[in-house]
Amino acid sequence: MKNFKSMAYPYILWSIALIALPMVLIVVYAFTKEGNSVINIQFTLDNFARFFSDRVFFNVLKRSLYIAVMTTVVCILLGYPFAYIIARMKPRSQVVMVFIVTIPTWINMLVRTYAWRGILDKSGIINSILGLVGIGPVKLLETGFALILGMVYNFIPFMILQIYNSLSKMDYSYIEAASDLGADRLQTFLRVVLPLSIPGVISGITLVFLPAVSSFFIPKLLGGGQYVLIGNVIENQFLTSGDWGFGSAISLIMAIIIIISMHITKKLDKAPSVEGGDI
Amino acid sequence: MMKNKRHIPAKIFVGLMIAFFYLPILYTVVFSFNSTRSLSVFSSFSLQWYEKMFHNSDMMDSVFYTIVIAVLATIISTVAGIFTAIGISKSNKVLKGVVEQMNNLPIMNPEIVTAIGLLMLFSSLAVSKGFTTLLLSHIMFCIPYVILSIMPKLRSLDPNILDAALDLGCTPFQALIKVIVPQITSGIFAGALIAFTMSFDDFVISYFVTGNGVNNISIMIYTMAKRINPTINALSTLIIAIITAVLLILNITPIILEKRKEKKRK
Repeated sequence: MKNFKSMAYPYILWSIALIALPMVLIVVYAFTKEGNSVINIQFTLDNFARFFSDRVFFNVLKRSLYIAVMTTVVCILLGYPFAYIIARMKPRSQVVMVFIVTIPTWINMLVRTYAWRGILDKSGIINSILGLVGIGPVKLLETGFALILGMVYNFIPFMILQIYNSLSKMDYSYIEAASDLGADRLQTFLRVVLPLSIPGVISGITLVFLPAVSSFFIPKLLGGGQYVLIGNVIENQFLTSGDWGFGSAISLIMAIIIIISMHITKKLDKAPSVEGGDI
Repeated sequence: MMKNKRHIPAKIFVGLMIAFFYLPILYTVVFSFNSTRSLSVFSSFSLQWYEKMFHNSDMMDSVFYTIVIAVLATIISTVAGIFTAIGISKSNKVLKGVVEQMNNLPIMNPEIVTAIGLLMLFSSLAVSKGFTTLLLSHIMFCIPYVILSIMPKLRSLDPNILDAALDLGCTPFQALIKVIVPQITSGIFAGALIAFTMSFDDFVISYFVTGNGVNNISIMIYTMAKRINPTINALSTLIIAIITAVLLILNITPIILEKRKEKKRK
């Protein structure tokens, strides 16, 4: 059966060239001095020092984390009840609802984000409705509100689907058992349903936080000039100022932050599952 | 009665959320047919923005490139994905692990990291940015998804089927095409669908790796977005229509095929 196995070899070469090599290049550029020929590459930490010594970049990092955390929190607060309601519907309606949530994710993110520019504009729909009541026009576009709204809009379907998956897989007899044993609705929810659905919330957090922290076109389209996030800084380094070394270093810092946050969320997952075993 | 009352807030909440999901899409489609530039008032029906779009050669080029790249990337990544998936399903754990780890990189990495990696790779190798780099990048991020959707189907196959086919006189190639591929078709279609929509919708990676005037629709919208231009709504509606059509065809075709089979049985 050796000739079947060999069918995987071309892809291994391909993935070394187009997947692994680019990652190696990022690391190499982040740690070496710019403008050198390949023969005398010099190791340096200048790129990292520059990032952490400059207050501007540090603020960008703080802002990116803040926006990503806020987005994730809003996604949980809106997504959890929504997923919970879907999971309690008739099986047929559940299929329809999942379909309704999924369809927009198939449509180009940029198209859907751009539409919010028209909706939130000073002469847009929301402001003309507010105008009828005598309020406004309110500046909605190019604010933190618009930015978080755009992020929540783009990423909340992933949160809903993950939570729904964990809720719909839950054995209903647990809930019956809880009420048989005298728990009221709130207690049942807090001590049975919620702990069992935490894995879904955790994978939802991963799917929302990661794209939110690295996004660069949502801040550009909805956040305006004051909401420069880490993704925008990376974009500038590569497409405007051409400083690959610094750009690579920032991407590495971002990657490390993402890895650390993923690690923390996974740890959070462990705690409730121990409690879950007691039920 | 009590029960119904308790459900009213839930129903309102679900309704509002659905409105939130579909408002931007509805807005884009409706205002692409507006006769004025207004963002809030729909004056009367008009096709002027579509006319403007069809006369804008940059926009039409971007539509052309988007479709050509998506079709080519889908075909190439699906074929490559089928061969690789079958290959690794027959190989040892080490090889399987290597491919899985490699595939995880573009799936798990933020898109912008994949994008700058490819940008530096192409520039270091002095490949001129444009159609080739765009196509290579799209194939690169599509293949992992194709493999991911084919692998579970392969795992559930009886490994003896292949031996049986070979014992009965099939050449290895015949055994592949006539025995294995027909049994994993649903995985292949799912993979191809994901590949097509991923390529068709991609912005971040395309934006970094392209150049020399080769743009896709997303890049076009991004560069034009700063000013209010209803022509973008027309272009967006075109994308929404194409993706909806693809989704409908893929969801309806299996139902029609099944009905035909039932008729044949009768």
